[in-house]
Amino acid sequence: MITLEFVYILAGLTFAIFALLGLYDRTSPKRFGNAAFWGLLAVSMIVGDYLGDFGNGLLVLALVAIAGTGQICRAPGGDVPADVQAERAARHGPFLLVVALIIPAVALAGTFLFKWVPGLADPKQATLISLAIGVLIALAVAMARLRPAPLLPLQQGRRLLDAVGWAAILPQMLASLGAVFALAGVGEVVGGLIGTAIPEGSLFGATLAFGLGMALFTMVMGNAFAAFPVMLAAVGMPLLIEQYGGNPAVIAAIGMLAGFCGTLMTPMAANFNLVPAALLELKNPYGVIRAQVGTALPLLAVNILFIWLFAF
Amino acid sequence: MLVLIGILIIIAGFLLRFNPLLVIMASALATGLAAGLDIAAIIAAFGKAFNDTRYVSIIWIVLPVIGLLEAYGLQQHARSLIDRMKGATLGRLLTGYLLLRQAMAAVGLTSVAGHAQTVRPLVAPMAEAAAEARNDALSDAQREEVKAFAAATDNVGLFFGEDIFLAIGSILLMKGVLDGYGYQIEPLHFSLWAIPTAVAAFLIHGFRLRRLERRMAQTPAGAETGA
Repeated sequence: MITLEFVYILAGLTFAIFALLGLYDRTSPKRFGNAAFWGLLAVSMIVGDYLGDFGNGLLVLALVAIAGTGQICRAPGGDVPADVQAERAARHGPFLLVVALIIPAVALAGTFLFKWVPGLADPKQATLISLAIGVLIALAVAMARLRPAPLLPLQQGRRLLDAVGWAAILPQMLASLGAVFALAGVGEVVGGLIGTAIPEGSLFGATLAFGLGMALFTMVMGNAFAAFPVMLAAVGMPLLIEQYGGNPAVIAAIGMLAGFCGTLMTPMAANFNLVPAALLELKNPYGVIRAQVGTALPLLAVNILFIWLFAF
Repeated sequence: MLVLIGILIIIAGFLLRFNPLLVIMASALATGLAAGLDIAAIIAAFGKAFNDTRYVSIIWIVLPVIGLLEAYGLQQHARSLIDRMKGATLGRLLTGYLLLRQAMAAVGLTSVAGHAQTVRPLVAPMAEAAAEARNDALSDAQREEVKAFAAATDNVGLFFGEDIFLAIGSILLMKGVLDGYGYQIEPLHFSLWAIPTAVAAFLIHGFRLRRLERRMAQTPAGAETGA
C-alpha cells in the first residue's frame, strides 16, 4: 500500500538533487549555503521520523541559522530566453497544456480511485499521494516527447525553488510556532481578554466579538483551526450558545468562515499569502494580501451578519 | 499575560521586516520561556511539530514539471490561448476560475489546483494576457496587481468552497469541539451553513474582479509602461 511515506521520500530525493545541483553551480555566490539548506530539508523529509523531537528541533535551528544570516540566494542565469520559449511554444503549445493538466487530472482520478478501491493507497492521504503520482506521470510523458537534456527539469525546478527561497519552509515554521503557542496556553489568555471586552447583555455585541475575535485571532495564529476552539470556549459556547440559545451548527460553521476572512489578511498564513507572492515573483511580498483585503473585510461583515440573522 | 510576548515579537518582526524565520524562532523561544518551559523542551516541541507538518512542503515536487514546461513555453502558450479567445476578458477569466475552484473545493478536491500547480503556470499568465488585450500600455504596477489578483482568486475560491465538503478538516474539528461540550451535530449541518457565505464570497470577489478589469483597461497618466 502506498502511504505518505512514499511522497516524503520522493520530496526528499527532489530536495537532495536540488542541493547537489546547487553545490556544483559555480555561478552561485552562496552555493554552500544553498546546498546545506536544501540538503537539510531533504534529511528532514526522508529520515525526519527517526531523528527524535529534539533532533528535528536542532535541524530547524540549523535551517533558521543558514537562512536567517543570508546564506542562501538565487543563482544568476538559467532562464530560457523569451524568444526560444516563444518558438518552442509555437511548436509544442497544446502538448504542454495537456501535460500541465495531467497533474490535476491524476490528482482527481486518484482521489476517487484510492477511496473506492481499498488497499492501493492510504485513503486519508489519497489526494497528496495522487498528486505525487501525477507529477511522475507528467514528467515521464513530457520527457518522452520533448527529449530535453536529462537534468533540465531538475535544473529548472531548482531555479524556481531558489526564487521562492526560505519562504518555502515558512508554512511549516508557522505551523510549528502554533504548536508552541498551544503548549504555552496563548489561546486561553487571548480568549479570556476578548471575553472580558464584551458589553454585558448585548446579543449583537457578543456576535460581533465572536466574529471579529475569530478573524483577529486567526490573523495572529495564521490559522482558523487554532482560533476556533479558543473563541468557542471564550465567547461562542458560554454566551452565544448557552446564554442566548443560538444554533451551534450556524455559530460554528459561519464562525469558522469568519476566521478564514482573517486568513486572507495575514502574513502568518504564509502558504496562501507570502509563498504565492514569491512564486509569482511579485516585488511586494504583501501584494497578494493587498489584493485580498477588499474581499475579506466586507465578507467578514457579511459573516457576522449571517450569524446574527441565522443563529437566533 | 506574559506568554503574549510571542505575539508582540511576531507583529514587530513582520513590521520591521526582519527575516521571518528568525522572528518565528525568537517568538517560539520567548513564548516558551514565558510559560516556564526549558529551552530543550521548546526546541523539542518545535521539532516535533515541524516533522508532523512536513506534508505542507511536499507541494514543491511539482516544480521540476512546471520548470520543464515553462522552459518549453507553457506560459507563452497560455497567453496565446487567451489572445485567440475574443470573449476572454480579465474579469470573466478570473471569475470563471473562482467558480471552478469553489466548485472543486466543495466536492473535496482542494489540492487539485493551487499556486504552484495552476496559478503560476496557467492562471497568472492568462490573466496578464487578458489584461494586455485591453490595454497595450499595461504598467509594471498593473501587471503586479493582475498577478496578485490571480493568486487571491485561488485563495478565495479555496477557502469559501472547501467548507461545503463534508469530510474536510475544519468540519471534523468543529464536530469534535462541539462533541466535547455535549452537542452532537451531523457534519452535513456545518456543510449546509457554509453555503450562504460561499455565495457571498463569489458575489463580493466577482464584483471586485469586474472593477479590476475596468481599472486595468486604463493606465493612469504618468505610470511607467512595462516591457
